[in-house]
Parts: sequence; C-alpha cells; structure tokens
Amino acid sequence: MMASELNKLTIAEASAMLHKREITALQLTRACLERIAAVDPRLNAFLTVCEKEAAEQAVEADRRIAAGNAPALCGIPLGIKDIYNTKGVRTTCASRILENFVSPFDATTIAKLRADGAVFIGKANLDEFAMGSSTENSAFGATLNPYDLERVAGGSSGGSAAAVAARECLGALGTDTGGSIREPASFCGVVGIKPTYSRVSRFGVIAYASSLDQVGPFANTVRDAAIILRTLAGVDPMDSTCSARPVPDYEKALTGDVKGLRIGVPKEYFIDGMAPEVEQAVRAALKQYESLGATLHEISLPHSSYAIAAYYLIATAEASANLARYDGIRYGLRAEAPDHITLYEETRAQGFGAEVKRRIMLGTFALSTGYYDAYYLKAQKVRTLIRRDFERAFENCDVIMTPVAPTTAFKLGEKMDDPLTMYLSDIFTISVNLAGLPGMSIPCGYDGKNLPIGLQLIGPPFSEETILRAGDAYERSGAFTKREPAI
Amino acid sequence: MAETRITLEMVQHVARLARLKLSDVEQERLLADLGQMLAYVDKLNELDTESVPPTAQVGEAGTPRREDAVTCPSDAEAMLANAPSAERGYFRVPKIIE
Repeated sequence: MMASELNKLTIAEASAMLHKREITALQLTRACLERIAAVDPRLNAFLTVCEKEAAEQAVEADRRIAAGNAPALCGIPLGIKDIYNTKGVRTTCASRILENFVSPFDATTIAKLRADGAVFIGKANLDEFAMGSSTENSAFGATLNPYDLERVAGGSSGGSAAAVAARECLGALGTDTGGSIREPASFCGVVGIKPTYSRVSRFGVIAYASSLDQVGPFANTVRDAAIILRTLAGVDPMDSTCSARPVPDYEKALTGDVKGLRIGVPKEYFIDGMAPEVEQAVRAALKQYESLGATLHEISLPHSSYAIAAYYLIATAEASANLARYDGIRYGLRAEAPDHITLYEETRAQGFGAEVKRRIMLGTFALSTGYYDAYYLKAQKVRTLIRRDFERAFENCDVIMTPVAPTTAFKLGEKMDDPLTMYLSDIFTISVNLAGLPGMSIPCGYDGKNLPIGLQLIGPPFSEETILRAGDAYERSGAFTKREPAI
Repeated sequence: MAETRITLEMVQHVARLARLKLSDVEQERLLADLGQMLAYVDKLNELDTESVPPTAQVGEAGTPRREDAVTCPSDAEAMLANAPSAERGYFRVPKIIE
C-alpha cells in the first residue's frame, strides 16, 4: 500500500499492520495530516489541526508498539469533536464565546483514549454547543459534505462525520443529544453509534442537555466503531450518571450471525414527506436481513409524533441551565461593561450565535414561573410515554430498525429560514435520546445523486452487542458496497 | 396548558432572566420564533398525562457516593489560565458591593 493511501485503512487493518511493524504510527499520522492539508480547506471539518501534538503522540505510540502489548487504538489517528476538553488544546464548541479557550484538563474519554495511545489529529467542527442538525450553526463556517460540497455534512457532529468519510482520520468522536452522531453518519455514509445513556462518561464533555447527551464514535466499519466503543465505555467516578455495568468485549459480539433476530419495524416511521429513495434503501436493507435469517415484525410506537415537541422543551430547558456558566468571569469571551449584570448580558449577546440564543430563550421560558408545569413538566411526562412505547415494543423484538433521516443531505441554506423545518429533520433519531436507548447508523445505500442513506438500529438499554452484531452482519453480507466520496 | 400568546414584554422578561441583551431586531425575530415553537409544542396537550409520572433521568437510579476527601490537587494557575482578567490568584470582576 502506498504511504499516501494509509489514511484509507480501517482501524482494524491499521492496528494489525502497526503491530506487525509493516507501517509506523508516524507514517499513518502523516498520511492523515497530508489528506487534511489537501481537502480540509474545502471541507472545513477541522477547527484546530494538532500537527505537532499528533506527531509527538505518534512517535510515543511507535515506542509502545515496539515494546509489545500495545492496545488496539495505539497509534490510530482520531478526530475529536471540539466539544471534548482536550488538555492544552483549544476547545471552542464552535462558539465565539470559547474561541480562545484552552482546556486545562482532559475529558475522561479523552484521557482513556490517550492512555490507549490514540493520536488526536485535530478538533472537529460542530454546530455551536451541539445545537443543530447541519453544522451550519458553527461560528466558524459549515462543514461541507464530502459527497457534494454544496450540501451539509449533517450535525451537530458534522466535522467528525465528514472527516471520517473523507479519510482525514480513521475514526472520530462525536456527541449525540437528539441525533447528532446518527444523522451526520447517515448524511456522510459512515458508521455512527450513540450508546445507551450512562454507558459512556460525560465528564469533560461540554454539556448541552445533561439527561440526553451521550458520547459516541464514528468509523468506516462497525468493527472499528466497536473497537473505539470498548475504550470509551465504563464507569467513571467523575460522572455520577455513568453506569458501573461491566463493559463487554464488543468485538467478540461480531459473530456475523443474525438467524432468528426479531426486527421491529415501526409503522409510524414510514411517513409522507420521506424521500422515496430513502424508504427504498431502508426496505431493501430489511429484506437483506430477512435473507440472513432475521424476521421482520411490524410494531407501533404510538407517541412518536410527540417526540420533537417533548425534546425541544426538555433539551432547551437543560441547555438554558448548562449555558448559564458562560458569563465572562472565569473563562471565555468577556465584554467591556461597567457593572456585572451588563457584563453578563453583553458577553452572552456577543458570544452566542442566533440558534443558541433561541434555545436558551425557549428553555428559560419553559422553566420560568407560571409556565414550568405547562411546558417542562408536561414534556417530562410525555417522555415517560415515549419510553414506555419502546419498552412495550422490545417485549416482541430484539432490535428496531428505521431510517435515520427523512432525506439525504440537504443543500446549504435550505433549512435555515425556519428553525422548525430544521428541527423536524430529527424526527427519527430524537425518541432514542428521550428513551436513553442505544442507536446506531450504518450506511445502506446511495440515492440517485450519489448521496449516502443510513439505516438506524435501535436496541433495549445496554444491548450494544446486539446492534453491533446486527450491523456488522449486514455490512459483511455484501448487500451494500461503499463508494468513496469524490473529494 | 392553554395556548400561550407570547408578547414582546414576555420576550424581554425572559431575556433578562437569561442574561441576554437582545437588539430590537433580535427581539422581533425571537417573538416570531418563540411563538411558532410554542404553537408547535402545544400538540403535547393532545395527550392525557394526568396519571403519568415525569421522567427526569433515563440512567440507572441512585447517586453513587464517596468519602469526602481531597483526591486531586488544587491547580490555581491552570484554573486562572483562561481568565479574561486575573490578579494575584483571583478573578478580577467589576465592583459589586458599594
């Protein structure tokens, strides 16, 4: 393999070649940095490229690999959504209010990857504070879709998804609060997983909505995503919501066998307004599962149409609390002001973008005196109903499969006039966060414009092994052939 | 929840609560946006949730505890490194108390 093609390896392939000393981590990192230099001026997937740090990490990784017994991720270049505190590196959340903030500490998941010897190639672009579905809300420009530079990469983890699709890195970290890993994975034709809520520590991940946020990986194959997830998952005393359940060896679950797997297909998820080619690709994937020995069962998730409304009250309410810390006092942007109240108001006015302000306003309103019961509390009750829908459904199936998004990647600017139009693109992913379930997007086809289409797999709590097994079996079955983006 | 009609006064009140200074243009825009969003979320009223308990958390129940002992050293320098204004180990702020 040419040195310049090393960035196209999967993590599994690269790891094997590193351990056999056929390639070095430094060569692999250099290949990714060269690719970034070649395409990122157009793609805008990275806000910060960590050239010096990545080279240092690669050299250290090569030392560890030579010494023997290095972990699977040792020497593997990963992109990191710019929402993870990364010690000594600028962490902006794609916001002017943190434009020059340098993290004084590592998020737990970053520390875990660092301990495994992974290489952090750069900080990836996102919608500001993870609020958005297209990365157009970044204060530093949108990330473009590698399959069509006039279209969005999806969001909020658009930079991470695009970077993996364009082979600027071998894997990446994102976060998912309402679909922010799964939707960009679908738009960019890569694998993206949102684990069960509490499976992965959120410590050091800059918070948007604390009862919905979850950390997860992007990769080009299900196996690669499983490898990253194994390192990310596990108990953390710094995150009191993080589960102490033991972490399985996710790679061992990839047996390739889905015989007898009961797949639930919710009738509410095949709706008018969905692009016909998306529906066709998803139904073709379901047929493929049948040919592999799985069985399909129509199920109902009756409260599906209320999920967006419940989400936009709960998430914005939590965001209004989480973003109160950006006050210009201890870090970040500070506006000139004669008194502290004006300082807060001016700092936040100058530092936050329009979508962030919109969500803070809606969330503050939903929690305010006189409106709390009618809005926030009501939404929490509907959340219970949505959760119960899934519990009932999983009594009769092992995994639920749906489209990820109603369309393929839309054009830049197409959904920016009207916030509600943008919110409705989360329609298939949002319930999964409300219920706290694991969800994965895997590529299952392309439309007539060569734009990727994703299939969503949803499982009961802590069933990552099942959804990984199912996703991997489909990937290996040959029904889907990956096309590299033209860029 | 009866349908809430949002007014400019309400927008200004919420902006004060959220410590956000909004221009006149922003206020008008938010008046429209919030109105649209509240009209949309009104559909939750179609559901009878009288006897439904709220879900605040979807993780496992309970809060883990630990000994009240210092486990990481204080690093004031690191904490002050991003300060917009710092002096002698303190964050410098506008005067609050007369």
